[in-house]
This record gives sequence, C-alpha cells and structure tokens, in this order.
Amino acid sequence: MAYSDKLIDHYENPRNVGTLDKSSEDVGTGLVGAPACGDVMKLQIKVDAQGIIEDAKFKTFGCGSAIASSSLVTEWVKGKSVDEAAAIRNTEIAEHLALPPVKIHCSVLAEDAIKAAVADYREKKGIKKDAAE
Amino acid sequence: MINANQNSPVYLDYQATTPTDPRVVEAMMPYFGGKFGNPHSRNHHFGWEAEAAVETARAQIASIIGANPKEVIYTSGATESNNLALKGVARFHKDRKNHIITCVTEHKCVLDTCRHLEQEGFEVTYLPVQENGLVDLDTLRAAIRENTLIVSIMAANNEIGVIQPIAEIGAICRENKVYFHTDAAQAVGKIPLDVEAMNIDLMSISGHKVYGPMGIGALYVRRRPRVRLVPMINGGGQERGMRSGTLPTPLCVGLGEACAIAEREMGAEAERLRMLRDRMYTRITDRLAEVYVNGDMDQRLPGNLNLSFAYVEGEGLMMGIKELAVSSGSACTSASLEPSYVLRALGVEEELAHTSLRLGLGRFTTEEEVDYAADRICAEVERLREMSPLWEMAQEGIDIKSIEWAEH
Repeated sequence: MAYSDKLIDHYENPRNVGTLDKSSEDVGTGLVGAPACGDVMKLQIKVDAQGIIEDAKFKTFGCGSAIASSSLVTEWVKGKSVDEAAAIRNTEIAEHLALPPVKIHCSVLAEDAIKAAVADYREKKGIKKDAAE
Repeated sequence: MINANQNSPVYLDYQATTPTDPRVVEAMMPYFGGKFGNPHSRNHHFGWEAEAAVETARAQIASIIGANPKEVIYTSGATESNNLALKGVARFHKDRKNHIITCVTEHKCVLDTCRHLEQEGFEVTYLPVQENGLVDLDTLRAAIRENTLIVSIMAANNEIGVIQPIAEIGAICRENKVYFHTDAAQAVGKIPLDVEAMNIDLMSISGHKVYGPMGIGALYVRRRPRVRLVPMINGGGQERGMRSGTLPTPLCVGLGEACAIAEREMGAEAERLRMLRDRMYTRITDRLAEVYVNGDMDQRLPGNLNLSFAYVEGEGLMMGIKELAVSSGSACTSASLEPSYVLRALGVEEELAHTSLRLGLGRFTTEEEVDYAADRICAEVERLREMSPLWEMAQEGIDIKSIEWAEH
C-alpha cells in the first residue's frame, strides 16, 4: 500500500506526542477506540480563558494511519475555539492524508477523539458552573 | 548472495516464500533452452530427454519424504494439492463415508476447501488447538466416527510454525482406518518426514517454500493400500490420470533439485536456523519487556518466530521497520479489522493478537541480518510504546481490561 508523503511524515515525526494533566480543569481528555480492534487514541486539549485551545497532546495505539490522523488533528485544533475544533470532520482528515479506503476508520476515530476531548472539557466546566450556582 | 541490492530490505518472510536457490535455477535453465521437449512426447529425443528429467525430479521429491516415485503427482502448488487431496478423496468415497476432520489453524486453502465440501453435503469437524497451537490427540480420537473418511492436519503451521504430532496422528488414523492427509508445504525440507513411519496417505508439497520455483507443487498419494481419488482436472490422463496437463519440465526439475538440496542440507541448516532464531529471540527479549511467543517454542520450525509486542500495534510497527520484510499477524490491511484467526484459535487475546509479527528466517539469513533486525525492531517498539496510551496506562498500573472500551 502506498501512503502519502504527508501521512509518512506524521508517522515518522509525530507532532505533540505526550500527556497533559488529566485532572486539570482546563484539560479535556478523549479516549476512543478499543485495544481489541487494534486502535486506541487518547487526545487531550488544554483550553485558555477565552475558550481557545492553546495546547494539544496525543498518544495512539494503532497503525500508521491512526498515528498520523491523531498527530494531524493535534496540529489542527491548536489555536481553534472548542466549537471550531468539534466541527472538524473526518473527511477533511482523510483527504489531507490521502487515506486509502480501508483506513478511513482511522480518520473517523480521530474525529471521535476530538469530540470526546471537547465533551470532557465541557462537562468539567459545566459541573463547575452548576456547583457555583 | 541473495540481497545483491544493498537498498533492498532484509528478507525475514521465509514462510511466505523462499527465494529460489541459485543451484535450483541453474538446474532448471537447460529446460528453458535446448532441452525444451514435451515430457509426454513418446516418439523422439526431445520428449525422452524431458521425461527423464521429470522422472529424476520425481524420485528426488519422493526421496525426501520416504515415498516411492510412483506415488508422487505433480501439481501447480500446495493449494492445488490440498484441493485435490480433499475434494478428490471425498468425491470418490462420498457414497460410503462423508465426514472430514480438520483443524481451525489450517491454511485457508484447506479450510476453504472444507467449507466447499460442506456445501456438497459433507460434514466437517474443525478441531480446536491447545494454547501452544497443537492438536490434542484425545480430542482427535473422540472426533473420529464410523463415517469419518479423512483427517487433514497440517505438518507445520505457516503463521506460528508449530509442528503437529504427525506420527501420532498418522497412527490414530491408521488404527481407525481413516485416510490421513497432511499439508506439509511449510514442513518439507525443514523437518524430517517419512510417509511410512508416519502413516501418511496423502501429503501436499510446495515448490516455493522449499527454495524451489513458484507454480509447482506435488501431492503424495499412497499406493499400498491404494488411495483413490477423483481428478479435478481432466484431459490427457497424465500423472496416472489424477492430474491431466503437460508437465512444466523446468519447474519439475526445479522442485526435484530443491528437494535434493534440502535432503542433503536439512540437518545442518536446521541447526543453524535454530541458533539464529534463538539469537534473535534473546536479543529482543533482553532489551524489551512484555514480548510474548505465539505457539509452542519446542515443537516449532527452526526458522519461525511469532512474537506479540504488547501495547504496539503490528501494522504500525511494520510501517516503522520498512528496512525489514516481515509479516504481521494483525490483518488490519484488510477492511475486516480482524486479527489472525490462527492467533485467535490459540486463545491469544485480541489486543495481543493485534501486536504480533511473524519473523521467518531461512537459508540465506545471516547473523548480521538477525542482529540488525532485532535492533531495529527493539528501537521501533520503544518509540511506539512511548506513543502508546496503553503502554502509558500499563506503566501507571491501570488494568486495560478494567476500562469499558467502545468497540467499533
């Protein structure tokens, strides 16, 4: 299978590998996929006071396409608002990396990871708001 | 020197195919040139010359498995041999007996043939394997019925390299008057085989797994007591009527020469490969934790290693070691996302089955290649584990099984 240069670059030089403090109020964590399916992505976002994603980190267990998809989205979400990040669609990821058809699920998983991280962040903020009232 | 091109990857996929031995190529060449005759031409020199070559090769093939040359039928490869053995015997005896026993870790061409025979009305029992990949003899005994016609169990597995207890299975089959077929594609030339001592009635042989050419194989069909089968290919009645079609003289010669070389060199080669295989295993496990062998380590082809590298997905790993030509047990390249059915049959958990690599060593593998490959694998596994959320959880002491994963 021939992979695109962009995909190989993200696989060989993944951006933003790492871990943010899961317990921090400003950090949303998304953990999607399943070991039994051969793909697990953990995506974390750190959101500033203005609701802008200032940092993003990932760790992925999976094939080269899964690693590249998650690496790519950490780059994309940085500097975006959480709403903008949640609007990223898997087709954009698949197109950018020129994923072959059997690897489209990797981009779906990356989209799910963003949404899960955003949901986690919102839940944390929501709970805090409720507690303040 | 096989890897003449320095830029080509280190070949560690000898269970997929073996390079044709240069000595085999040399033996074949004249039959692409001046000795081009049809071995079935009975009336002239060219035909006689080709026929003599084909028969010499037949004797070489017979010799490595302790058979009589008359019991060896040329085919296009082990897939055809397996089809002919199972369909041929089943169809010949269909009015008398209609039960077949095989095993869940057989090659796809045996399993698919059995599925096909089920559609034709045969009953098939698919024996499970133990955790080490071996068939349990008591389970086999219990599966044999009044109407059992044939047992088909492979000699050595293509993925995990485990060697089945063929002699014991042969004895059980003989005792119960059941035909015994073995797919020996991975075993011929690698381990000693003897159709008499092992009570084998039919044996499938592949050319390109034994340093011979692709496109040729053989089926051993016992003559005493005679095994009868219905041919799949009809025509001029070549190969005692069991497989019509003009024999490809150069390919037959190649398979014969490959068997002759293997018979001479098997002992020393097996010892060398076992040493290299163990060297690779030690070098990897000395450096990496949580590496698991799939399949029995003793009852195993000397050139096979199948390892699971926990927390690192196999296909992702292969992409990082493109300097090495290996095979992954995680069949994620197919759309199914299913890991290897062989590993699943061993009871390897799905998450570990996704992390496996098959490392196949062979005749032209060198110590330098083994060391280089082991080091590259270790470096890449370390890199990917640093990137793996599962590895991170394991380091934090989180049990991965305690998490509710959303399987997709």
